[in-house]
Amino acid sequence: MAIVFEKTKGLTDKPFHYCPGCTHGIIHRIIAEVMCEQDILENTIGVSSVGCTYNNYEYFACDMAQAAHGRAPAVATGIKRVHPDHTVFTYQGDGDLASIGTAEIVHAAARGENISVFFVNNAVYGMTSGQMAPTTLLGQVTTTSPFGRDSGLQGYPINVSEMLATLTGAVYIERVMITDFKNIQAAKRAVAKAFRVQKQGLGFSMVEFLSTCPTNWGKSPVESIDWLKENMVPQYPLGVFKGKDLEV
Amino acid sequence: MIDYSIILAGFGGQGVLSAGKMLAEAALIEGKEVSWFPSYGPEMRGGTANCSVVISDQVIGSPVINDTDVLIALNRPSLEKFEKQVKPGGIIIIDSSLVKTGTTRKDVRFFPIPSSEIANELGNMAYATVVLLGCLSAASGCFMREAFEKALYDVLPERRHHMIPSNLDAFDQGVQLVKK
Amino acid sequence: MNKRILMKGNEVIAEAAIRAGCRYYFGYPITPQTEIMHYMALTMNKAGGTFLQAESEVAAINMVYGASAAGGRAMTSSSSPGISLKQEGFSYIAGAELPAVVVNIVRAGPGLGGILPAQGDYFQATKGGGHGDYRNIVIAPASIQELYEMTVEAFNLADEYRMLVMILGDGTLGQMMEPVLFREEEPIVESTKEWALTGNKGRVHNSIQSIYINPDDLEAKNNELQAKYRAIEEKETRFEAMETDDAEVVIVAFGTCSRICRNVIRQAREQGVKVGMIRPITLWPYPSEVISELAKDSSVKAFLDVELNAGQMIEDVKLAVNGVKPVYFHGRTGGNLPSQKEILDLIMNIHKEVNQ
Repeated sequence: MAIVFEKTKGLTDKPFHYCPGCTHGIIHRIIAEVMCEQDILENTIGVSSVGCTYNNYEYFACDMAQAAHGRAPAVATGIKRVHPDHTVFTYQGDGDLASIGTAEIVHAAARGENISVFFVNNAVYGMTSGQMAPTTLLGQVTTTSPFGRDSGLQGYPINVSEMLATLTGAVYIERVMITDFKNIQAAKRAVAKAFRVQKQGLGFSMVEFLSTCPTNWGKSPVESIDWLKENMVPQYPLGVFKGKDLEV
Repeated sequence: MIDYSIILAGFGGQGVLSAGKMLAEAALIEGKEVSWFPSYGPEMRGGTANCSVVISDQVIGSPVINDTDVLIALNRPSLEKFEKQVKPGGIIIIDSSLVKTGTTRKDVRFFPIPSSEIANELGNMAYATVVLLGCLSAASGCFMREAFEKALYDVLPERRHHMIPSNLDAFDQGVQLVKK
Repeated sequence: MNKRILMKGNEVIAEAAIRAGCRYYFGYPITPQTEIMHYMALTMNKAGGTFLQAESEVAAINMVYGASAAGGRAMTSSSSPGISLKQEGFSYIAGAELPAVVVNIVRAGPGLGGILPAQGDYFQATKGGGHGDYRNIVIAPASIQELYEMTVEAFNLADEYRMLVMILGDGTLGQMMEPVLFREEEPIVESTKEWALTGNKGRVHNSIQSIYINPDDLEAKNNELQAKYRAIEEKETRFEAMETDDAEVVIVAFGTCSRICRNVIRQAREQGVKVGMIRPITLWPYPSEVISELAKDSSVKAFLDVELNAGQMIEDVKLAVNGVKPVYFHGRTGGNLPSQKEILDLIMNIHKEVNQ
């Protein structure tokens, strides 16, 4: 009998600790698959950040560093300067990247740091139990915006991809969503493109994944996917914000 | 010689820091221990500059000077600020082209030297501090002309070596004024 | 080559680092240490390394974390307010057991404070600063020649013990020039760094991290760190004893302060008062033992701790003296330095007091 599906060698055998319906597992798998397909697993160094994925250094089978909250782009910069020929990526959530780590991500992009950033946006702090994130939608109820995010009190969501796309050093930026087979395949193509951009030394690349958090959203996995499409996509439209015509 | 100390002070741009460095280089060439410590930070922005140089036959204690053997003052505020720190029997040298007052101290050797005028005659104001270094050398003996000449070759980039004879001329005029 | 040359302290640190094989420098401008950056900017690329001006001190220390995790010899430098910002990174470096060299050219605080020399960061440097139970080796040079030799050594110690080594200077040391004699060849101790992130070719993947969710694992990690720290206390404690054999008053001072006190010893002895000095060279590990021994010595009547702060190291001196002899203190703050005369006068008074 032919094997039609196999777990990727890009992941270790350690079982994920993520909640049911969480999309981190899918994102991990597609990154791992791309590393194997591009045959770069042995030359890739990843950086875990702080949040639900704090320990994904145990899941990815490549060398990994774990960074302080928000500092992954700086840590990745240090690694990349030592190993310019290796592929270096960070894996960051919205609190990590778009709140405490804004300086690090903006300047890594501005420097055209030749790294790939995988930015998982689920509009909430997951690990610390559902606080408001910089990407929380207006009106969205969280444990720190219990009456719904109010622009007068808490300001507006940050569209990170659009913001970073204004920087010359950022060469490829795309937003995808982890909702269904077609979109997951598109997300995988984006990951593959980000790694190729880096391999060719073109500069900073980032893929933003719109993602669900059923636990903190208080919804079932299926409801969460519907909510994402109905509410997040209007605020965070999918598409390529930089490097659309980039042939890699 | 144990911890012989010199304070050079003036406005920023008069070259007191470089003059201090030349002095330190010359002493180093003579095999002495030496330290150079500049004023830094807001003082530089405010337009005044000074540095402390210590020369010694043994390991130098403090590079920071409280009581100095020599004060070289290139403006009046520097003279007023530092003259009380000069040890009794010490030396005060001023650029008398710029500082029109004398010193209030009666217990020091005082040398008013018109170094800016001399530098002007030599065609480059940068020589003013060199005249004063010549004066320092002659008045104190804390370093010699030969070492100063070697230091010029060490410190000046080759494209500036044509200036060395004029530097030595300025130095010698400082020496002569002390001998008078 | 065997010629002493006049160089500024900050430049000597940078030159020493490059000679020691440091190839990754990340920094952010702040007075009075900026010449380290200037020198690195001019020379690091020529040496085949990376000089990078980071967006903040926070980013700079995390770049050091990354470069060191990747196996490079990396450093950053700053001055007090910037060092405060780096404390998060220090703690992570300690937890992840990464080698790193950090230079703090201390200026007067608190807050933005001033830019003139101070030693007000003693507590921060030696007692932590960041969160958790950790130590950094802290070296306090007192001359430009020492800045050179100890910076080179710092890289070896950092690699050997996989930890952060801090060079604690001050504005005087950073800004002053003194002759320095460079060695033909530096005593670089190469280490293999099997733990480094280099790509997992032919081996199980490596990870560099400081998180242990299981309390037993974290306690075991802490025990391991503490055992390492005890070994360092045994092996790496350094100090200079000056004229302590017959001293009645023993000064304890480090860095620039010890330079000023060196002159005072001479002046006091000229006036017939036997003064000596213990100059801690490592501030952690602290040379407690020699101070304890001296405290028990019957010829020693008192200690005088002199610092450019309101009294920080004095706590370590008092712990070592353990109430056996009186410990006096003299400190200046704000960027002011004590004059030799004020220290000498104090010593004369102490001498009178303890001989009554």
